[in-house]
Amino acid sequence: MNFLIQLLALLIVIVAIGVLVVVPWPVLAALVLVFAAWMGLTRSGRQAWSVTRVGLATIPQRLGASSVVVVGIAGVVGVLVALLAMGEGFRQTLQQTGDAETVIVLRGGATAELSSGVSREDAVLIEQQAGILKDADGKPIASPELVVVANIPKKGTGTDANVEIRGVGRQAFALRPNVKIVEGRAFEPGLRELIVGKGALAQFVGLAPGSTLNLANQQWTVTGVFESGDAHESEVWGDVETVSTTYRRNGYQSVSVRLTSADAIDAFKAGLASDPRLKVDAKTTSDYYSAQSESLTKAIRVIGIVIGVIMAIGAVFGALNTMYAAVATRAREIATLRAIGFRGASVIVSILLETMLLALAGGVLGAAIAWLIFNNYTVSTLGANFSQVVFSFKVSPALVWNGLKWALAIGFVGGLYPALRAARLPVTTALRES
Amino acid sequence: MKYFHLVWAALFRRKTRTIFTLLSVLAAFLLFGMLDAVRSAFNAPPSAAGVNRLVVGSRISIIQPLPQSLLARIEAIPGVEKVAYANWFGGYYQEPKNQQLMFQVAVSPSYLDVYPEFSLPAEQRTAWGQTRTGAIVGEAAAKALGIKIGDRIPIKGAIFPTKSGGDTTWTFDVVGIFKAAEEKMRGLENQLLFRWDYFDEGRAFGDGTIGWYIVRVDDPKRSEAVAAAIDALSANSDHETKSQTEQAFNLAFIKQLGDIGLIVGAIMAAVFFTLILLTGNTMAQAVRERIPELAVLKTLGFSNASVLGLVLAEAVLLIVIGGVLGLALAQVLLPAVNAGSGGRMNFPPIGANTWAIGLVLMVGIGIVVGLLPAVRGMRLRIVDALAGR
Repeated sequence: MNFLIQLLALLIVIVAIGVLVVVPWPVLAALVLVFAAWMGLTRSGRQAWSVTRVGLATIPQRLGASSVVVVGIAGVVGVLVALLAMGEGFRQTLQQTGDAETVIVLRGGATAELSSGVSREDAVLIEQQAGILKDADGKPIASPELVVVANIPKKGTGTDANVEIRGVGRQAFALRPNVKIVEGRAFEPGLRELIVGKGALAQFVGLAPGSTLNLANQQWTVTGVFESGDAHESEVWGDVETVSTTYRRNGYQSVSVRLTSADAIDAFKAGLASDPRLKVDAKTTSDYYSAQSESLTKAIRVIGIVIGVIMAIGAVFGALNTMYAAVATRAREIATLRAIGFRGASVIVSILLETMLLALAGGVLGAAIAWLIFNNYTVSTLGANFSQVVFSFKVSPALVWNGLKWALAIGFVGGLYPALRAARLPVTTALRES
Repeated sequence: MKYFHLVWAALFRRKTRTIFTLLSVLAAFLLFGMLDAVRSAFNAPPSAAGVNRLVVGSRISIIQPLPQSLLARIEAIPGVEKVAYANWFGGYYQEPKNQQLMFQVAVSPSYLDVYPEFSLPAEQRTAWGQTRTGAIVGEAAAKALGIKIGDRIPIKGAIFPTKSGGDTTWTFDVVGIFKAAEEKMRGLENQLLFRWDYFDEGRAFGDGTIGWYIVRVDDPKRSEAVAAAIDALSANSDHETKSQTEQAFNLAFIKQLGDIGLIVGAIMAAVFFTLILLTGNTMAQAVRERIPELAVLKTLGFSNASVLGLVLAEAVLLIVIGGVLGLALAQVLLPAVNAGSGGRMNFPPIGANTWAIGLVLMVGIGIVVGLLPAVRGMRLRIVDALAGR
């Protein structure tokens, strides 16, 4: 009998967690409403509610023990939400970069700009393809680009970091309309002038407008700051020809073009493929940048969940301890209720509800702390071009909701077993216990 | 020590509660063990052998090439024992996602002499010396990608197109499989090494340049002087160099990945804060329940100090048992994680250092959580406690 009940409890736990994971929030909200209606409208529900009220009213007397549940779960949710927010921030930054109407052309087989190369002749051929949007003067909107890496110290550590210096063509701003100069002015083509992204300005030393920078033994002047809301903000931009001659490069690494519409990609690709002189691959910039976020985002997600699970296991045992102790101290009171006719089910529901409310409080606290400390917290890491990508943690509503689900699951497991014990304790024994 | 059975009995007075608390402690230290492995993998790369090596790269940036002609001039500097050089290749085998499983480096013949941590059977080394298109592959990479000696493997997508046809696909003959000398350096096995002379002759541009030099010095204490002498060779030229010890180079690289130490520290702070609260609550409950028993002990003649000691010992024992089990579990799990990741992760095994930090933490946390209840037990007035006041 005892074994069967344990088995049943285990099944309930698995089903409940499964439901929590699978079911979307409107269904859960509906379930909560149904539950509230049961509590308010039926006799057994009202019974359960009055037992719960007594339980909740005694929490202040057990403040230390109850806070174990709240803080334990706040720790799990806080760490989980913060870690996932890091992955989410990185993913968002790279996914917002590029769109379906701009295409980046790299050498065939190249995975990143740094391992690519496009000759000047090829760049001219690429710009003449069909499907490219023309500007007011009838020139194709295309930007041949070259990426080099500079050693610039990071503000946080003071050690050199690889900063991406992007040489861009004259049409770079028409190509990426989201790039806006927010301070100073754009660089003059032909001069050793640079503009810096907002993220780069915040993360690296000595990039303020007006300062000079030593790149490849030449002095460069920073003339302005740009904002783009995506991965380009981690970069420093200059004129592609000037960058190319300073670093003694022949040709470019990529050509980015703006298409007349997203559908024009097939015609554009067909044009590239039909020219025997070109051995290149074309990808929309949104595909190109999204692919770069995949492996790191996945790694952070796996790490976050593994750490979350281990912490959750610890928190479940903490909650179990607390709730067993709570049930033990209230044993006589619960037995009395049952002696005067309250049902076992009401007792189970009340203890489960109490634990889950404590857990919810912990979840909210943990998510709030993660949001307060980490939302928009800016960091940088090495990205695909062997250079720094600056991004901010993003504590999104979806992540908070995810964290709260974890909290509820921990509360459910931590409350169910003590609740079953309370309901099954023989009334006579419990009344006699001191 | 003679009171051990007393402490033990007190600890397991309430079996369920103690076991649940132990499991919480176990989870916390399991996490500590694994995260500390991550931290040490990033903070101190396993290169105890690397203190006598310098990495010489371009001062402009890591991707800027240096002339191969510097070799003879570096070799002539007093204190330099052996010089090797290498060049990044940047391709992939079969699929782009395999890039991190087996990255490729073009190296000079002396490369293996400078890196004694690569172990390659002598006959394979001879074969490599005789095969211009030959390459050697790390055991981990070979296993993950199913590469055997005798295979001809194409590497695509390299930075350097070949002279013939301008294609970027290069083909290598696998002539050897090398192993890392120590388990904790398994990360080194995720690469393919091939001959720089073959590479230099075959590439369409960049002839005569290399990516970086590795210099072995005869006396690690003179590393700085040698580094300064190397950098002086190219001062004010268009290819100025930056020499630093391999350790400093690795650390600077890892710092670029992000502040791993900060992330691990923040997680552990959250975990241990929760743990202190949780076990503190357990201990407070345990002492509260036992007040009459503690009073009896005092009546029997136990001094205040020994009651204090008993409760503290109980708290420390609780954390140490859970903690040691947790760390032991981490020790068992880490190799499994490494194996399960198919070569993508190579965490070093938990070392003596982690155990030492862990034990200090266990005892420290035990004392912190035991102190308040212990003081409460010590200050008991026998009469009040026995009367239940």
